Amino acid sequence: MRFVSFVISAIITVLLVFALNKKWGSIPPLGKFLSPQHGFWQNAEAADADFDADLAFPTLKGKVNVYFDERLVPHVFADNNEDLYFVQGYLHARFRLFQMELQTMYAAGRLCEIFGNNPAILKVDRETRRSGMVWAAQNALKEFEADPVSKTVCDAYTAGVNAYIESLTEAQLPIEYKLLGYKPEKWSNLKIALFLKQMSRTLAGNVEDLELTNEKSFIPFSEFKILYPEVPDSLIPIVPAGTKFDASGIVPVRPSSADSLYFGRKDSINLAEVIKQDPDNGSNNWAVAGIKTKSGAPILCNDPHLDLTFPSIWYEMQLNSPDVNAYGATFPGSPNVIIGFNDNIAWGVTNAQRDVKDFYEIKFKDDSKKQYWFNNQWLNTQLRIDTLKIRGVHDIYDTVAYTIFGPVMFDKSFPDTLAKEKAIACRWTAHDASNEGLTFYKLNRAKAYDDYLEAIKTYACPGQNFVFASKSGDIAIWQQAKFPARWYGQGMMIMPGQDSSYIWQGFIPQNENPHAINPQQGFLVSANQRPADSAYPYFIPGNYINARAISISHQLQNMQQVTIDDMKRLQTDYFNVTAEDARPLLLKYIRQNELSAEAKKYLDIIRNWDLKASADSKGQTVYQLWWDSLAVEVWKDELMKVQPAVVVPNQQTLLEALLKDSAFKYVDNINTPQKETLFDDVTAAFAKASVELSKEEKEGKLEWAKHKSSRIYHLLRTNLMPFSEPIPVGGNGDIINATAVSHGPSWRMIVQLTESTDAYGVYPGGQSGNPGSKFYDDFVDTWMHGKYYSLWMMKRNETGDKRVKWTMNFSKN
Amino acid sequence: MKLLVAIILTALLAVVGGLYLPWWSIAIAAFISVLLIPIRSGKAFLAGFLGIFILWLFLAWWIDIKNQGVLSKKVAEIFHLGGSSFLIILVTALIGGLVGGVAAMSGSYLRNR
Repeated sequence: MRFVSFVISAIITVLLVFALNKKWGSIPPLGKFLSPQHGFWQNAEAADADFDADLAFPTLKGKVNVYFDERLVPHVFADNNEDLYFVQGYLHARFRLFQMELQTMYAAGRLCEIFGNNPAILKVDRETRRSGMVWAAQNALKEFEADPVSKTVCDAYTAGVNAYIESLTEAQLPIEYKLLGYKPEKWSNLKIALFLKQMSRTLAGNVEDLELTNEKSFIPFSEFKILYPEVPDSLIPIVPAGTKFDASGIVPVRPSSADSLYFGRKDSINLAEVIKQDPDNGSNNWAVAGIKTKSGAPILCNDPHLDLTFPSIWYEMQLNSPDVNAYGATFPGSPNVIIGFNDNIAWGVTNAQRDVKDFYEIKFKDDSKKQYWFNNQWLNTQLRIDTLKIRGVHDIYDTVAYTIFGPVMFDKSFPDTLAKEKAIACRWTAHDASNEGLTFYKLNRAKAYDDYLEAIKTYACPGQNFVFASKSGDIAIWQQAKFPARWYGQGMMIMPGQDSSYIWQGFIPQNENPHAINPQQGFLVSANQRPADSAYPYFIPGNYINARAISISHQLQNMQQVTIDDMKRLQTDYFNVTAEDARPLLLKYIRQNELSAEAKKYLDIIRNWDLKASADSKGQTVYQLWWDSLAVEVWKDELMKVQPAVVVPNQQTLLEALLKDSAFKYVDNINTPQKETLFDDVTAAFAKASVELSKEEKEGKLEWAKHKSSRIYHLLRTNLMPFSEPIPVGGNGDIINATAVSHGPSWRMIVQLTESTDAYGVYPGGQSGNPGSKFYDDFVDTWMHGKYYSLWMMKRNETGDKRVKWTMNFSKN
Repeated sequence: MKLLVAIILTALLAVVGGLYLPWWSIAIAAFISVLLIPIRSGKAFLAGFLGIFILWLFLAWWIDIKNQGVLSKKVAEIFHLGGSSFLIILVTALIGGLVGGVAAMSGSYLRNR
């Protein structure tokens, strides 16, 4: 009898342990997760945690000393470069492992391996694979492994990441692994390449070719010049206006069939990419020459606008070896400093916004996808069978055909909305072999302008505006990447892909990329605007953003004796330069007598507004809702009648069209018998906005920051709200302080190149990726209040400095 | 008295086991304790339960104090416990206690069979 009781209770015990050791849906394995010696409690880092350590790794050649300052920024001093990058990899993994792996799994189309059977995620994975991300990373890997320097750096970095992963005990796993119930896999050089391809997708992956193809089916191409003008009237280009450009070194020839087969073709296409990037992905950077600064030395500023996440995409470091001493923001997942300075120069980047991704409609011989029609014959495709592992379920196989244009991203099998007979291949510069890491390796070591130019010359994707300033007094900027040379209109929409006539005919020669050195005006600005005015001899479509460059340029123009404090104010400036022009227009065309008493109150708010998008501004909220409502009023009837969504012209286009001509033809609502005027549209838009404003006011959300409710999300977004934080700040995508909802200045840096470098920086996050650490979010307040940290370029002999809080020593044994 | 000894032994074995073995070593700790110290099955459950409950309560509470409640509040929110550190500590201890209790009971049945 007792024995039966034993068996029963033993079974209960085993079942209970089993149940508590298993993940149930989104509930983590409870026993494992709650165990104080194994689970999340082990991630609850003591407030006075000690980061001192002596570590031995046989792969090291010499000694590496890492000095952590009070903000947990590591100052790494190595005897040689291999050891330096080993330790960079180790530290990235030590503090940011989860994000490194998640981002590269995303880039590789492997999210289902973590998140299991979820149709939406599977679609993302499939599109990732079908867009050629993995192929692109493999191409890049071959290229950088062929370069001895890059290979050494990446091998060392990877070894460092793996040294940390191998040392991990179950208790030390980042909390996200415990919540999701999986374990990190080994790092590899391919993952470094995947990380860089992920940056390409974020920054050079967004194009509107599919939407415009759809739109062309009901709006003649000739209208596109009005809807999407190449050069806005108000453009202040990166290369100062009036600069003479040489005749183009390559003149692409428009195919003779373009009018009939391309511009004039009317077939609609119900297709959109699943993965869309934030249109606010952008950045500000500028350099001010010594003639305009108080110190007489150049000042360089940069703030890249990206998703604001926990952990941040950036990790701050100083890297020192006998041939390098660089400080700045690094990407966990990739070696080197990406934005920063050394003892001689400073550099920064903004996104070029250029279109480097095109689509071609190809014709398969049959469903086997083995052959496609090209230049009057059937050519063989290369079939690549992707295996998608889905956690907890069986694998899925996806066959992707590769053509001369690139992978056939959309066909009968993906997605389900595409007309059955169509097949569309993707041509993207990110597919081509290139070695971006080498650019940063060289920039970290550059001493003067020539070194900088040598470093960036081979950089291919994603296109960036590399701003530069040196202690020798130079300032410069290059928009650098491998850009296709296009004939007018090429690649705006899906192109015919049955012969070579629409193929890219070549690339713009590197030395013809837009650039400027030591301009008369004494400063250079890039903020995602078109790089050059209409004198530039190439057709260069892109998702340009106009407003911030105007705002920055105007303010720098009027500044003399520029100081670091001026630059801090400028980087966090809230002035709404678009509203400066838009408000008079709105106020001119509103019919006040038609407004309710409540609406009149909102009108007074915008009338008395100081044009700043500050946190407590009600005027900004009124303006934004009014303007957005006007855009719908003007465009909706013509553009939004066909699904999927078309490309809504940007605010600059609408503003300039209305300023030029109040009888702009799109103002009329084509769905009504009468002819609407701008008075009608502006008044109707305000009435609609007022309803919304009234709702917001009742909820106490009329103030801009409250209306906007900005937040820094954890990488797992709304699934882990307790790991996120609200950031009640002003700003917007078109404001210099570009903080939108969960997007904005992800790293603010100011470097004055005086003899002893004077540098400041901050990012909204913290050095530790662990939500249980006080270093998880400790920079957020500083960032939110527009304050900065002084960036300490530590010297080798300063180990006794009181800023050094902890030391990690790495050695061979 | 035996009960008290069994509780202490369970906690001691569990904390040592936890250093080297997976979390479910608490079940082994409670099981072995009761094999070593013969008590009736009802009391055995209590010994296993309290041994692990007290151990986990103390460990979690100690970690939480040192962490100044940073993580426990967030995890308590994830578990819909109103962001209460106290509740997540209590849930932790209860789950551990339950495993300890049933494991100890099995031990006592085996010994007294």
